[in-house]
Amino acid sequence: MGACYKLRRGLDIPLRGEALTTTSPPVSSPLYELKPPDFRQITPKLLVREGDPVLAGSPVFCDKDHPEIFFTSPVSGIIRQIVRGEKRKLTGIRILSDGKDKRLRFPVTAPEDMDVSKIRELLLFSGCWPLITRRPYGTLALPGEIPKVVHISCFDTAPLAPQYDYAFAGEYDSLQMGLRVLERLCPGKVHLALSGNTSTHSVFRKLNATTHIFSGPHPAGNPGIQIHHLYPLGKGQVAWTLTPMGLSVIGRLFIQGTFDSARMVAVTGPALIKTGYIRCPAGIQISALEDFTRKKGIDIRVISGNPLTGDSVGEEGFLGFHHQQVTFLQEGRSRELLGWARPLRLHKFSAARTYISHLAPLLGKTVRFNLDTNTNGGVRAFVLTRDYQKVLPMDIFVSFLIKAILAEDIDKMEKLGIYEVIPEDLALCEFICPSKIEIQDILQKGINLMIKEMQ
Amino acid sequence: MKAIEKIIAKIKPIFSKGGSLAFLHSTFDAFETFLLVPGTVTRKGSHIRDCNDLKRVMIVVVIALVPCLLFGMYNTGLQHFLAMGPRTELPEFFAVFWYGFLKVLPLVIISYVVGLGIEFTVAQIRGHEVNEGYLVTGMLIPLIVPVTIPLWMLALAVAFAVLIGKEIFGGTGMNIWNPALLARTFLFFSYPAYMTGDKVWIDGFTGATPLAAWIRGTSSAVMPSGTDMFLGFTPGSVGETSVVCILLGAVILLYTGVASWKIMISCMAGAALTGLLGDIPVHYHLVMGGFAFGCVFMATDPVTSPQTETGKWIYGALTGALTMTIRLFNPGYPEGMMLAILLMNTFSPLIDHTVVAVNVKRRIKRIATYG
Repeated sequence: MGACYKLRRGLDIPLRGEALTTTSPPVSSPLYELKPPDFRQITPKLLVREGDPVLAGSPVFCDKDHPEIFFTSPVSGIIRQIVRGEKRKLTGIRILSDGKDKRLRFPVTAPEDMDVSKIRELLLFSGCWPLITRRPYGTLALPGEIPKVVHISCFDTAPLAPQYDYAFAGEYDSLQMGLRVLERLCPGKVHLALSGNTSTHSVFRKLNATTHIFSGPHPAGNPGIQIHHLYPLGKGQVAWTLTPMGLSVIGRLFIQGTFDSARMVAVTGPALIKTGYIRCPAGIQISALEDFTRKKGIDIRVISGNPLTGDSVGEEGFLGFHHQQVTFLQEGRSRELLGWARPLRLHKFSAARTYISHLAPLLGKTVRFNLDTNTNGGVRAFVLTRDYQKVLPMDIFVSFLIKAILAEDIDKMEKLGIYEVIPEDLALCEFICPSKIEIQDILQKGINLMIKEMQ
Repeated sequence: MKAIEKIIAKIKPIFSKGGSLAFLHSTFDAFETFLLVPGTVTRKGSHIRDCNDLKRVMIVVVIALVPCLLFGMYNTGLQHFLAMGPRTELPEFFAVFWYGFLKVLPLVIISYVVGLGIEFTVAQIRGHEVNEGYLVTGMLIPLIVPVTIPLWMLALAVAFAVLIGKEIFGGTGMNIWNPALLARTFLFFSYPAYMTGDKVWIDGFTGATPLAAWIRGTSSAVMPSGTDMFLGFTPGSVGETSVVCILLGAVILLYTGVASWKIMISCMAGAALTGLLGDIPVHYHLVMGGFAFGCVFMATDPVTSPQTETGKWIYGALTGALTMTIRLFNPGYPEGMMLAILLMNTFSPLIDHTVVAVNVKRRIKRIATYG
């Protein structure tokens, strides 16, 4: 057991609509979608055509730059539609499920008996490799590299995020198997980060790996924050991160010999009447989750992922490859007379002390807010930059980094810590920004620029 | 509420692209967002946003300035009547306030009309949204000028501050110097006779402010008592005499977190330490002249002060120290606050640069130790 890191800076947004700890019976949707934009910085190369039959685990596309990385179908059926966006960019491959869940079989034995290169090959071929994310930049892990560390955060502090203790309660075997696989790939480098609140009965306490304890408000659960405190990354250094979900999918590959992307998904949000958990594979059509009734008569935004970093997927959208959460938010198009000048505005949450609702987090879980998608103000230049530091437990000056990115100054970006952050780490800065600057978007552009320049 | 929404929806096309008044788009937008919170929704990134915005931040500062403004009005009347005759003839409270109110109100109106007029015009030309920054600047300027200032002079100073102080840099958030102080500096160097602080009350009476009295070596016996200066019943610029009202504003700014307590504390500490070199008690310095007002409302401007926390300590301490240095060792001009803040505004990017450079070094070292 490693040291305990108590982080004080951060913010738990008191958002209404946390998932109840009840699990709905599993459902299946007729259509599933595999979305290349879920994977940062890849150039997809299609391996199938419309009408081709696929099994769960059959390759659908690969990365042009690393053709050994396959992205595979989550279900069995036929390729129904290749969806293209602007400039014919590949945005989705829709698969019509045959409902039979036939899976491609991979030859597996205990990872300790397998050659490391064979393990790597199996992960690449089965479609499990994209579950491993690489720092810096949050892109896919490269097959040829050996990271400094493999880091797995075993709790999620994002607003309305699934409680991992509940979601992974029955997954000890697959999680432990996943750890064994990674231990073979990167011996002695696998670290787990647990929450100070992780219960003593939690499955994560039983896992056999080096653990560290973190406590504090969001973003304490982000791997980026934890890595910053445990083993900060400099130029040329690489860490791999996985979610427990990725770990269990890899574990199941080595237990069952199949690619099984099923995960417990927390269905959450203030626009729902009934929330809860449901088990389903990646790429399921969110409209199939009928068990979770929505509020009537309001305009709803469907988000795959959490409200800070997730993707707005629309009414007919699909669950993202990495996502374990679906959030339903009310669209905030309603207008309020002289809203900014009203003294109380008790229904609106602000972390800033200019509103009395900043006191709400002190009252614990009793006071929750129905936050909608309104920007609550227009875009302005940087004015109050100090507030960013209050929600980022890192030794990084956010406004200076963002300004360096806007100026496209590679040298400064490097020095100010672009290797250590990905957009999700600065999501709270964007949330609290009184100038309504799209910090995550700017950071992603900076990362894209770094990748381009460093090639 | 619904009615207003309907009216706005109805006239909006006229001001939108292709409408007959499309050239007034920014002006319309400013009024629209002033009345109704915009119905814009997030596009990407964080789907939910904090309800705090710059309009809210600015209005908090304006509210924090209200005690100073109201007291300034009363004090203007009081000083007038005190100068006119013996204390026994002092009219009732309301009459005193009303006199001051009529004197100060034109300053506020001129400041806002001229300043906002320029802001709107510039936003219009650029096709930008109108920034809220002037809500605060427009209130600060009348509070830091003598009440007797000719209105054309004030208008000129406001125009200078907004155009040269802010708009040529790109508007709120981009400026290097505090625009309100720039207005005062402009007046000070262009029309010194009105601004040096020794001819503040020309209207029937020419008297000296405590600071001017002190600098001329008047014995401390004729100077107002410390209590009077603390409460603010002394001659001086409109809003900066009452330390009580300034502290009230400071409480609002500090509680809401809009201003930095680090700057206020370090500024006072820097001034107090340097003030020890002088011959009058340090607490007199802290309540005299524009020090308290500058320390609370001017030095803490988030745009022109350093953005790093360490930088704020350095900036505040140097501002305070510099103010006292000017007061103690400069024979010409007694009030050092204005120039001290402007000078430190100029240096705040340098302070930030140094703090960031230290941070960069520390981070590189830390990464190296972790291998």
